[in-house]
Amino acid sequence: MVIDVLHISKLANLTLNDKEIKLFEKQLSSVLDYIQKLQQVNTDNIGETSQITGLVNITRKDENTPSLQQPDAIANGKKIHNGLFEVNAILEQ
Amino acid sequence: MNNRMIIGLEVHVELKTKSKMFCRCSTEYFGKEPNTHTCPICLGLPGALPYPNRQAIEWCILIGLALNCEILNHSKFDRKNYFYPDLPKGYQISQYDLPFCINGKINVDFNDKQKSIRIRRVHMEEDTGKLIHQTINGKGVSLIDFNRSGVPLVEIVTEPDFENAFEVKQYLQKLQQIVRYLGVSDADMEKGQMRLEPNISISLNLKSNDLPKYKVEVKNINSFSFVEKAINYELKRQLEILEKGQTPLQETRGWDENKQATVSQRIKEEANDYRYFPEPDIPPIELTDAEIKSIKNTLPELPDQKTDRFQKEYLLTAYDAQILTRERALTDYFEEACELGKNENITPKQIANLIINKKINPDEVLPAELIKQIILTHKNNDIGEEELRQVIQKILKTYPNIAVEYASGKENILQFAIGQVMYIIKKKIDINLVRKLILEELK
Amino acid sequence: MKNLTLKSAKEKLIKKEISAKELTKFYLERIKKLDKEINSFNIVCEKEALEQAEKADKLLSEKQDLPLLGIPIAIKDLFSTKGVQTTASSNVLKGYIPPYDATVIQKLKDAGAIILGKTNCDAWAHGSSGENSDFGPTKNPWDQTRTPGGSSSGSASAVTADFALASTGTDTGGSIRLPASFTNTVGLKPTYGRVSRYGVIAMASSLDSIGHFTKTVEDSALFLNITAGKDQMDATTPDVPVPDYTKSLNQDIKGLRIGVPKEFFIDGLDLKIRQAIKNALKFYEEEGAEIIEVSLPNTEHAIATYYIIQPAEVSSNLARYDGIRYGNSRESFGAEAKRRIMLGTFTLSVGYYDAYYKKAMRIRTLIKQDYEKVFEKVDAIVAPVSPSMPWKLGEKINDPLTMYLSDIFTVTGNLAGIPGLSVPAGFSEGLPIGMQISGPQFSEELLFRLGHKFEINHDFYTKQPEL
Repeated sequence: MVIDVLHISKLANLTLNDKEIKLFEKQLSSVLDYIQKLQQVNTDNIGETSQITGLVNITRKDENTPSLQQPDAIANGKKIHNGLFEVNAILEQ
Repeated sequence: MNNRMIIGLEVHVELKTKSKMFCRCSTEYFGKEPNTHTCPICLGLPGALPYPNRQAIEWCILIGLALNCEILNHSKFDRKNYFYPDLPKGYQISQYDLPFCINGKINVDFNDKQKSIRIRRVHMEEDTGKLIHQTINGKGVSLIDFNRSGVPLVEIVTEPDFENAFEVKQYLQKLQQIVRYLGVSDADMEKGQMRLEPNISISLNLKSNDLPKYKVEVKNINSFSFVEKAINYELKRQLEILEKGQTPLQETRGWDENKQATVSQRIKEEANDYRYFPEPDIPPIELTDAEIKSIKNTLPELPDQKTDRFQKEYLLTAYDAQILTRERALTDYFEEACELGKNENITPKQIANLIINKKINPDEVLPAELIKQIILTHKNNDIGEEELRQVIQKILKTYPNIAVEYASGKENILQFAIGQVMYIIKKKIDINLVRKLILEELK
Repeated sequence: MKNLTLKSAKEKLIKKEISAKELTKFYLERIKKLDKEINSFNIVCEKEALEQAEKADKLLSEKQDLPLLGIPIAIKDLFSTKGVQTTASSNVLKGYIPPYDATVIQKLKDAGAIILGKTNCDAWAHGSSGENSDFGPTKNPWDQTRTPGGSSSGSASAVTADFALASTGTDTGGSIRLPASFTNTVGLKPTYGRVSRYGVIAMASSLDSIGHFTKTVEDSALFLNITAGKDQMDATTPDVPVPDYTKSLNQDIKGLRIGVPKEFFIDGLDLKIRQAIKNALKFYEEEGAEIIEVSLPNTEHAIATYYIIQPAEVSSNLARYDGIRYGNSRESFGAEAKRRIMLGTFTLSVGYYDAYYKKAMRIRTLIKQDYEKVFEKVDAIVAPVSPSMPWKLGEKINDPLTMYLSDIFTVTGNLAGIPGLSVPAGFSEGLPIGMQISGPQFSEELLFRLGHKFEINHDFYTKQPEL
């Protein structure tokens, strides 16, 4: 089974070089072949498990707790301008 | 007309809960210093986890109920995965296939007619941060403030039931009124508390109800007047293309107020594979019919119901009722005044007239004050019975034929007499009293 | 102060035979001297640890009775520690300093524990050997040419090498149980949701379990007393009361039914490991337990199921690392991280979601049901942790799939959300063998009971690696 590695890498916001693309094509292909086996398993009338706790309705009261101070919120940003995180201009919104 | 405009509307309403959707940061971020209303959760720091706000969920359901939706017994949150600098986690927690509310409808008035707009769904999601574009040292940059990130948003999606800008505006005003009535949002468009995206397409085939094979989404509409302009602009633009025999491109466009036009936004379509999957960090929501009913019982009287009741109970015209029910504050004020007015024999109609004609500001005049004003006005208008008699006697003297004609059975002459009295006095008086006194004098 | 356990160290501190400062210094010096070779720590917080030790000594002198007062521990570098660098052993987070503590860290601090430093691991917890760390692999103290297992490679090594009395770890597909079995330590993977995930860098949200390494089973129970409990910051922690896990340790095991899953005793299972487990089962039988063969028929699909669900959640959880608010460019991701992100992105994408992710979620239901059926017949399950002995560093690194297959006995536990305790069960040619005791959700007390009984009747836990 072959993945369009270039397309997936774009979706995943990853920049790969040619070497990586070739290597991952091969490695992911072999993993996918292995995973394919699952198609043989009969799962008719079996529900999906997306939560293993069985919990429902876990919600909280609408109340405030203190936010981070601005210095703590921006401390790990590499480019800061007037308390805002800076990135290269995004074309259009 | 040889074409049919088909418009669907997606509206986002910001809820005015105390805390954000998935964290306990305050939602009062507007106008505050950047990045001062954030925490590990809404900043998307490593290791942070969401914890849903119960009030926000209840308010979302309330909006759905006000729009006559069916509320699902079983719903959940899902992750919508895409990359954008204002989206701190690289995914938005939203709802995909099991939203809280579906299949509603709302009646909107269009020039004495009513149109039913179908609501496809109402669901809960979180807001993104805010991007500001600037040039620093000659270089174009985007600056990000995450204060808004995580604020609860309710998304309301209609079926493509609109045919023109006017209908859209009426719907938006109604929706704004409803959410303000519910007390769940201030829905102030200038503050971004209500945002909208119309999907617009045009069909040249008036015989079929099939939807065109394309639609154009328009973003960045910040006011009611922009909606009208944007829709009318698109109508013209799309028609031009269609009349050439071509199909307009399916795309997202933005309203540019400077250009007074919609502009194509070069966002790659392939990036729109959102890879939705159930949010593993949040257990699903299950509501019994009894729980849904109990939320429904907290619905206040909605604008339509109030307008109807005002006409029946207070004997107001539809026009007056609509003005008085436009905003909850004015409505409550009016009803309080009516309650006080009962003891003073002052009618709702009188109160309504005063409020509407004199454009009374509820913040400046207490209802009790208002009643006093009405009473005083009447007093000043009161004319003593003696004075009245004198005027009547004068009239009877000036027009001797009144007495003559009345004696000969022509009762109509009384109208003339009353008219003359009214003309002289020029104040509000009780006509029945005038008539009574005239008859007495004639005797 | 050598070869203390958490329990014995506590006793000495309370009796004032040693001070917290002395104890902390002892470990700091050992780390300085010996960890260059082992590479179990990413960062050592010498100054902070000594400060905490001083505070602890003051409280000890006031006869304060905090459960872990003065006890030096190590933290897997996946846990957010306020003011202390947290990297997930990845270049993407090099230099990141969290402004907050994970819930578990807060609890450990409140209990008086002293944090010696952050331990090495596979980057983002992606791995079974520690070789995917961007900061070099951790060596197994029992044989430094071999892996200590992963992903919690540093945490396991630190405890067996006597660099700390306990350490925290995470287990998403076996990342505590495997390294515990490779390093002769006790490793607990609690029930999913027993311990809060808030502040722990997420790998696969529906599978991540927060646990720890200790030298003995009693120590493990002591530690769980601190970390377990519902958390107001983690919506997936059930409101199940936290017992005193040390209370029932010595209860008799007569009459307990122990299940042996036949699917775990495949041809590829190393003979020495097979023998060690068989010996353990014989011991339990002699102690009055009933040994019953059981079946977990969907075990053969477990790896495939796990390697669909886990990378899917990984691909989403790693999306926040865009270098804007913290961290470095996504180009700094290592190869394994990139592979898993892409695998996950693919299986969630348009056209493939039903065939892969949805399908896997259904097989997960089958695996969960397998365990439910088995636990109607037995109280606990005893099985091997790994099909093979610790392999040589570099041996499996070129073929991801081979590496994935080493998780075969552990991933089913994560898919079913059940707890698993890895306990030292023997040696083969100087290398440790561990056995896995699993039970239904929230059965940790039972696992500790069975583990403790085995441990005190054998001397495996007393052995130390030579450094």
